[in-house]
Amino acid sequence: MNAVVEKINSEDWIEICALDDLIINDGVCALVGDDQVAIFRTGRGDEVYAISNFDPIGKASVLSRGIVGDLNGRPVVASPLYKQHFDLETGACLEDESETVKTYETRITKSGMIEVKNS
Amino acid sequence: MSKQRIVIIGNGMVGHRFIEFLVGSEKSDDFEVITFCEEPRYAYDRVHLSAFFSGSTAEDLSLVEDGFYEQHGVTVHLNDKAISIDRDNNTVKSAQGLEVSYDKLILATGSYPFVPPVPGKDRKGCFVYRTIEDLEGMTAAGAKGKVGAVVGGGLLGLEAAKALKDMGLETHVIEFAPRLMAVQVDEGGGAILRNKIEEIGVRVHTSKNTVNITDGNSTINRMEFEDGESLETDLIVFSAGIRPRDELARDCGLDVGSRGGIEINNQCQTSDPDIYAIGECALWNNQIFGLVAPGYSMAQVAVDHLQGKQESFTGADMSTKLKLMGVDVASFGDALGITTGCRNYTYIDEPTGIYKKLVVSHDGEHLLGGILIGEADAYGNLLQMMLNDMELPEHPDVLILPDRDGSAVGLGVDALPDSAVICSCNNVTKGDLNAAVQAGCTTVGALKSETNAGTGCGGCVALMTQVMNAEMENMGMEVNTDLCEHFPYTRQDLYNLIRVEEIKSFEELIEKHGTGRGCDICKPTVGSILASCWNDYVLEKPHAGLQDTNDRYLGNMQKDGTYSVIPRIAGGEITPEKLTILGNIGSKYGLYTKITGGQRIDFFGARLDQLPDIWEELIDAGFESGHAYAKSLRTVKSCVGSTWCRYGVDDSVGLAIELENRYKGLRAPHKIKFAVSGCTRECAEAQSKDIGVIATENGWNLYVCGNGGMKPRHADLFASDLDKETLIKYIDRVLMFYVRTGDRLQRTSTWMENMEGGLEYLQQVVIDDKLGLCDQLEEEMSHIVDTYQCEWKTTIEDPEKVKRFRHFINSDKEDNNVVFVQERDQIRPATEEEKIEFRKVG
Ligand code: SRM
Ligand SMILES: Cc1cc2nc3c(=O)[nH]c(=O)nc-3n(C[C@H](O)[C@H](O)[C@H](O)COP(=O)(O)OP(=O)(O)OC[C@H]3O[C@@H](n4cnc5c(N)ncnc54)[C@H](O)[C@@H]3O)c2cc1C
Ligand code: SF4
Ligand code: FES
Repeated sequence: MNAVVEKINSEDWIEICALDDLIINDGVCALVGDDQVAIFRTGRGDEVYAISNFDPIGKASVLSRGIVGDLNGRPVVASPLYKQHFDLETGACLEDESETVKTYETRITKSGMIEVKNS
Repeated sequence: MSKQRIVIIGNGMVGHRFIEFLVGSEKSDDFEVITFCEEPRYAYDRVHLSAFFSGSTAEDLSLVEDGFYEQHGVTVHLNDKAISIDRDNNTVKSAQGLEVSYDKLILATGSYPFVPPVPGKDRKGCFVYRTIEDLEGMTAAGAKGKVGAVVGGGLLGLEAAKALKDMGLETHVIEFAPRLMAVQVDEGGGAILRNKIEEIGVRVHTSKNTVNITDGNSTINRMEFEDGESLETDLIVFSAGIRPRDELARDCGLDVGSRGGIEINNQCQTSDPDIYAIGECALWNNQIFGLVAPGYSMAQVAVDHLQGKQESFTGADMSTKLKLMGVDVASFGDALGITTGCRNYTYIDEPTGIYKKLVVSHDGEHLLGGILIGEADAYGNLLQMMLNDMELPEHPDVLILPDRDGSAVGLGVDALPDSAVICSCNNVTKGDLNAAVQAGCTTVGALKSETNAGTGCGGCVALMTQVMNAEMENMGMEVNTDLCEHFPYTRQDLYNLIRVEEIKSFEELIEKHGTGRGCDICKPTVGSILASCWNDYVLEKPHAGLQDTNDRYLGNMQKDGTYSVIPRIAGGEITPEKLTILGNIGSKYGLYTKITGGQRIDFFGARLDQLPDIWEELIDAGFESGHAYAKSLRTVKSCVGSTWCRYGVDDSVGLAIELENRYKGLRAPHKIKFAVSGCTRECAEAQSKDIGVIATENGWNLYVCGNGGMKPRHADLFASDLDKETLIKYIDRVLMFYVRTGDRLQRTSTWMENMEGGLEYLQQVVIDDKLGLCDQLEEEMSHIVDTYQCEWKTTIEDPEKVKRFRHFINSDKEDNNVVFVQERDQIRPATEEEKIEFRKVG
């Protein structure tokens, strides 16, 4: 989950785009260092999640293009390829315990920019 | 011990069932089975013979699974008629010269249609209605003729009349008695029935005795009647009753009845204990049974007896339901009220055309029979009430009075004993059904394949469903039809809510009627319904996140995350100039190119960021979205048709293009495919499509609910010889009704398979406007047609929208995970191993 903080000048946090650049409940892909990261703005628009964009089952960089929602109260994205669900908070795949995708911390700065922690 | 040799004469419905019972029995190894089959093919479903006219093939009708006889060592002499029986030496001789000895002989020779001895009865154009060959002959003659007449207004005659009507002929029924279905229906019912039959466009002539058939003036034949009138007609189909085929039995001296039929005892033995007779050729207790269910019971009794068991045939229920489109007629028990002291209840609604009658015992306690015309929903329940001798309610008329305040007093299926026969065609009881439900059959389909119930005449399916649901309830099972955890509704419910409450967004819907945030099941479903209802641009902000990736990016995602590009090529018609443009675009972007199964061209390997550029070029050149990504109209395939083809009778390409342009963009529960053929050779394969159209001499035939794909289904003939305006009106209605009532991801074929009442019901809704919906359906469709937009055009015109096609929101780099290699001079996605190689090198 994200927190609203002052923008601190740390190398770890990478500014991606304005929160308003994201459509609610729609995803985008961002380049964070060398990583492809899928970023989603969900709920009423006040929650931002970031996970790896690579679908380990379909083996393609597509998760940002999946549909987000919730299953049993967990926020999830469904892979657009074969529809497995990944937990946006933990990266766990709901259908296949052996698969997890990397998650990234996010925050929204006072000026309304989304930042992702490069870890 | 050597095997007992069983020889069966006649491989019809009952003869085949006998073999099935025998080879499936415990002692099957004790028998050697040989059968003579006069027809050129194995047993087929004569009950559904008329389906031959709506596209079923001989193969579809076959009752014998591939390899069944071989597997069980049954010898079948096809195309060989038994011509004599030698009872002294226990042998049978055949027309092809075989002589076969038997230990036991089974006669299952069925019956033949009775043709009254009218002069001219053997003229050209005269037919009977019994075998596939008869129907083939009728089809050929019907294609050339204009008028057809059926002699006989009984169950079969009406079925034959409907078939002639469907062939596009002006159709007449000639009945000797003063009313139709005189055996099953009384005078009052006959009048209502007549109206119903005339409503489907068949002309009825009662109290008419045909005395001569001769040359017609404008047609092949002229029928002359006793009253001096006459009728010009090409085809004449005799359906004036059946007579048992007992000639072999007569010739070898077996006892036969005074009006025909091979006499049998309760074990189905004839006067020679080594010879049995079963099915329509048999006479039991001075009765012939012209239905298939009693024949099946006889087959079972005979098989049991051969194995030393003493089961008895004890007669059978002769209740009948007419299987005719648009006309509900059922008659059961003592329908005409001939039991002494019986009393009647009648309900007549002339304006709507409903006639119902109950015949009850003199003390008013038990149901003896009844007639239902115009509305026969209660048939299953009433029949059970009678067969199980159940006690009637205090005022039996409540069973037939209309249920205006919803307080219907039906009989709950719970009240039926386990022994109640629910499916009489296949002798399946309520107990059998319940056992199957307990063993896990919780859909009608599963129950059908497990128990065979409902696979005969189909008259029991409604009751069977009630039994299933009741048992599931008793078991504490819930029939959960919720779309997903976010909405306790079916797709149809949501559709109605959205329409009625004019809901315009997913947020509004889930707020009012759902819980949570939605998921990849409900979001695309709702997105599709919103589009079906209001036809907004699908990538409008509130809708964008609802769309499956294919709709979201207006292309089909491929395995490597790239997309396909399919521009619309309506009807498959394309100019060489446009073809060249496509070629140039394909090579400019290095796209893999192929011709699709839908008569158009597909480019593969377009990266997300390339899509807007490619589409901009396509749109500039006059192309538009092909909606290959959407659950909506895909293609309308065509054959070249009358413009070029020497057999074509109408412009199939022209119509295909017109239809494709009319329905493009319509969002539906699943994709929709059409095809239009220019003549019956059917080069466009229209009968495998959701909507198929075939040109005829007199207009267009419309077929619906076909499917290729995983579970192919032949489309049903919906209506014949339509002019274009009516054709389009019907298609509008069928499609909009599907959009309204289809389940999520249900193609029209499964929609039809699951529709209560099936084709007939759909015809009532669309042609007869049974639900009073037609105007609305057409209006809804015209809204969709009027508000069509090419989604790609709208997208590329808006820079904000185009921005969303970048791979990275914060960089112009490309997806480095997309890697191609060359194959047959084009690209293809690299395999995982190849990608590793590639990275090492790169
Ligand atoms: C491209 C094409 C194959 C080809 O190279 O020829 C194709 C490709 C796909 N078909 Fe198809 N089908 C294509 C013609 C057909 C046909 C032939 C036809 O339309 O005459 C059929 C059988 C006819 C039918 O649908 O009744 C067909 C029956 C299916 C089915 C099975 C549907 C069913 O009801 O059983 C699926 C799976 C589904 O929809 O759930 C499917 C699904 C697909 C999908 C969408 C699978 C997927 O999710 O990736 C494929 C992606 C399309 C793409 O990337 O553009 N495709 N598919 C054809 C595109 C036609 C077009 O111009 O739009
Ligand atoms: C259009 C139509 C609709 C019908 N609808 C219904 C319905 O809705 N419900 C219902 O219950 N019933 C219906 N019936 C009746 C049902 O089809 C028959 O009751 C059933 O087919 C009887 O089976 P069977 O085996 O006795 O006779 P058949 O099915 O007629 O089989 C007899 C076979 O024996 C062959 N045969 C005769 N003599 C010889 C010989 N000497 N050597 C070799 N072979 C011989 C015949 O060629 C035939 O193939 C319908 C019939 C028709 C024609
Ligand atoms: S279906 Fe008929 S009209 Fe069309 S191409 Fe084939 S033969 Fe010609
Ligand atoms: S009663 Fe005919 S199929 Fe069941």
